[in-house]
Amino acid sequence: MNKRFLLICSRPPYGSSAARDLLDIALTCSVFEQSVSLLLMGDAILQLLPEQNPTAIRQKNLNAIQSSLALYDIESIYVDAEALRFHGLSAETLLLKPQALEPDALQQLIREQDVVLPL
Amino acid sequence: MIFTLVVHASPVQHQAPETALRFARAVLEAGHTLHRVFFYRDGVLNGNTLVSSPADESNIPEDWQALAKEYPLDLVVCIAAAIRRGVLDANEARRYDKNQHNLAPGFELSGLGQLVEAAMLSDRVITFGGRG
Repeated sequence: MNKRFLLICSRPPYGSSAARDLLDIALTCSVFEQSVSLLLMGDAILQLLPEQNPTAIRQKNLNAIQSSLALYDIESIYVDAEALRFHGLSAETLLLKPQALEPDALQQLIREQDVVLPL
Repeated sequence: MIFTLVVHASPVQHQAPETALRFARAVLEAGHTLHRVFFYRDGVLNGNTLVSSPADESNIPEDWQALAKEYPLDLVVCIAAAIRRGVLDANEARRYDKNQHNLAPGFELSGLGQLVEAAMLSDRVITFGGRG
């Protein structure tokens, strides 16, 4: 049985365990051969900034886990276009080649899913 | 309809577990199937049997256990999240060389696969205390 899972995060890469906890669910979905997409809203788009170096705050580098996503066939990564504008970022400069979605497209993406897990 | 509930929040600091409990009861009383309640992140603290409430306040872990006495419930606590937060069963206490364990009766420790499997088999998956 294959279902479409969408995991939605709105938290920045550090400061809480949200980003790591979300990736753990994503990898597990993949182990069960489910279709999984990630949607990063708000400050969560900062998870995709390259060259993170959290050693000073004794955290593991998220980039290492992110780089394994392709091995798990998790390649549908979406970011909120409004968050990109808010942070002055563009999708091309972010890791994992995310697709930027305007509000209408975000709604459409969520409607298409079987399971939506916010975190 | 088959439901699965996901609880992310701790029982004392957040209303979400209380809301999840009432939702679970409503699902069951309406004759639906509750396939599983999965506790993740700080939600694993719902399975801490040492939670001790003042007499005039609710005790959420005990309330889950009471519901599980009325209905057959699958209360699954994410093992990785639980161990990090000091919610251990006897097996994990041995494995991590701790001389205490505190997973409440009626709950079991298992992996995130139990969340994904439940989502695959359920018509609805409802998260309580997400976006935290």
